[in-house]
Amino acid sequence: MIKFILSSLPVAALAVATLGIASPWTSAPAEAAGSAPTPPAQKWSWQGPFGTFERPALRRGLQVHLEICSACHSLDLVAYRALSEIGLSDDEIKAVASEFVVVDGPDDDGDMFEREALPADHFVAPFENDNAARASNGGALPPDLSLMTKARVHGPDYLYGLLTGYVDPPVGVEVMPGMYYNEYYPGHQIAMAPPIDDDLVEYADGTAATTDQIARDVTTFLAWAAEPELEERKRLGVKVMLVILILTGFLYALKKRIWADQH
Amino acid sequence: MASKFMENSVVKWVEYRLPVFSFVDHSLGSQYPTPKNLNYWWNFGSLAGIILMIMIISGIFLAMNYTPHVDHAFDSVERIMRDVNYGWLIRYIHMNGASMFFIVVYIHMFRGLYFGSYKAPREVLWIIGVFVLLTMMATAFMGYVLPWGQMSFWGATVITNLFSAIPIVGDSIVTLFWGGFSVDNPTLNRFYALHYLLPFVIVGLVFFHIWALHVHGSNNPLGIDRKGPEDSIPFHPYFTVKDLFGLGVFMLFFLAFVFYSPNYLGHPDNYIEANPLVTPPHIVPEWYFLPFYAILRAFTTDFFLYQIISLGGWLMSAKLAGVLAMFASILLLLLLPWLDRSKVRSNRFRPLNVWFFWIFFLDCIWLGYIGGKPAEGSFIWMGQIATTYYFAHILIVIPVISIIERPKPIPESISVAVTASGK
Repeated sequence: MIKFILSSLPVAALAVATLGIASPWTSAPAEAAGSAPTPPAQKWSWQGPFGTFERPALRRGLQVHLEICSACHSLDLVAYRALSEIGLSDDEIKAVASEFVVVDGPDDDGDMFEREALPADHFVAPFENDNAARASNGGALPPDLSLMTKARVHGPDYLYGLLTGYVDPPVGVEVMPGMYYNEYYPGHQIAMAPPIDDDLVEYADGTAATTDQIARDVTTFLAWAAEPELEERKRLGVKVMLVILILTGFLYALKKRIWADQH
Repeated sequence: MASKFMENSVVKWVEYRLPVFSFVDHSLGSQYPTPKNLNYWWNFGSLAGIILMIMIISGIFLAMNYTPHVDHAFDSVERIMRDVNYGWLIRYIHMNGASMFFIVVYIHMFRGLYFGSYKAPREVLWIIGVFVLLTMMATAFMGYVLPWGQMSFWGATVITNLFSAIPIVGDSIVTLFWGGFSVDNPTLNRFYALHYLLPFVIVGLVFFHIWALHVHGSNNPLGIDRKGPEDSIPFHPYFTVKDLFGLGVFMLFFLAFVFYSPNYLGHPDNYIEANPLVTPPHIVPEWYFLPFYAILRAFTTDFFLYQIISLGGWLMSAKLAGVLAMFASILLLLLLPWLDRSKVRSNRFRPLNVWFFWIFFLDCIWLGYIGGKPAEGSFIWMGQIATTYYFAHILIVIPVISIIERPKPIPESISVAVTASGK
């Protein structure tokens, strides 16, 4: 057995080596297969140097995530407590968390036990592990959504494009069983069924839940989930840039003055 | 000003025992004579030193919160971004600081190329600088692996695999780098250790770089030696204030990225956790490696340069040729002081060479563009032409021009030239 493992190691190393070194050269077909049109640029409230997330949209987006997305997708990097940043009160956060069950322990008897999630817990994943997720989704793994707008080219525009990009396949294109045709998904064939539709959620704030509205709201929420520091970053940025601009102005004046006797 | 400060009794007490104040004054103060005609391209040396410090300080704070383990590295970086106080600021400074470091150093090097700063008596200064660049590249490459995203993992896999092209010992070297048979936890651990070590090696090299600089002082835009005291002004206050103003302008540029486009220079795939089973469709290194990546990929079996150096494919594989060419593209810079026979330093007085300087500059930009594109279609031969010119420039164009060119008349002295131009 040990001999077998030892003798197979060089083969494994070679395989990995070939895979690794070949990939930049073989990227061409993958690139061609993965070609998808650039999603149209949308207007988002958090763009620009003073941009902020729209609070009502964040709340609606959270509702969409909890009612629709979280059935299949995890949001591992976000803690329930972080929802205070988008304006949820402590009680509201507790209420959201308490809908979920986490396994904790071991207790004093050495047993694991189940309890309600607390604000300190991270968003509870819908599946125990990746294999369970694949098993329930026809072999496809629903990706974690925590960094979705940072981890895709064109970020939020792509996400919005994907959610609203389910169209009938062009004539002659055969969609594989269990797959759906999406305009903006690389390769166009995606395992995720169209996740949203008009009136699929009933918004707590009474906003009309059109497909477009739902896609925008959940994109806003996931953009926050990916960059919860965005508002603070931009606020601090304005101050820091102003201070350095003024300081640089003074330094320029000082430089002029010191160099005056040299000109 | 300096003398009044030196008369302070505490200063005198310390100075008598450790002459640190006169040391600083001779290094960066009023006792360090500097050519009076330096332009703003001479700001980039001190800028590079400051960014090195910014990188080391921000890096130490990141290290306090980072976990070098394949199961935790990605999440620990996200914890820095989300839960550590101002962790996002520290990480974005460090992340974009790497790009800024390369921007500044590349400008610094092209300045040296344009004004002939590598020529006698500054050859050793230039050579140390090339080693600083090489160490920076190793440091940046290993640092990019640490967040353990998809590009971290696959970039590390591609680049470490290059060494397997070395005959006989190649595979053993790769195994040694990996600490196993693929990029895995031991690889991450040793890269982390080295990423922490190498910046201090850079500091050491920079010490020698500055020491060598201080022997003959800065070159200048005219490329002529200082003849007398009328050609010099003290470093302080003239260049301290000029460098500080330049630093202010540069910080505005740097922090605009940090605060408003922190991920513009990065790759989205690195926000996906490393997965050895899924290869990204298009593996690209960070932008500052793209020209060298283009040179590496230019060497296909039908590339005529490969056919020449491998004696028709007999001596080495195209992969090995590409790896050697990539390293040669930097190491050849070490020979520049001897390849360039011209005694005239500044391109202001080299009417023929200055054209080829700009062609070389554009060639490097072009290589960078090609390096970011998939190796397919016309990108292949365009990369091969650019690669050919890169080596032809260093090995043929520079030596030949330096012999046949008739330089313009050189000014008598710095002060004469500066007074004549009314500056």
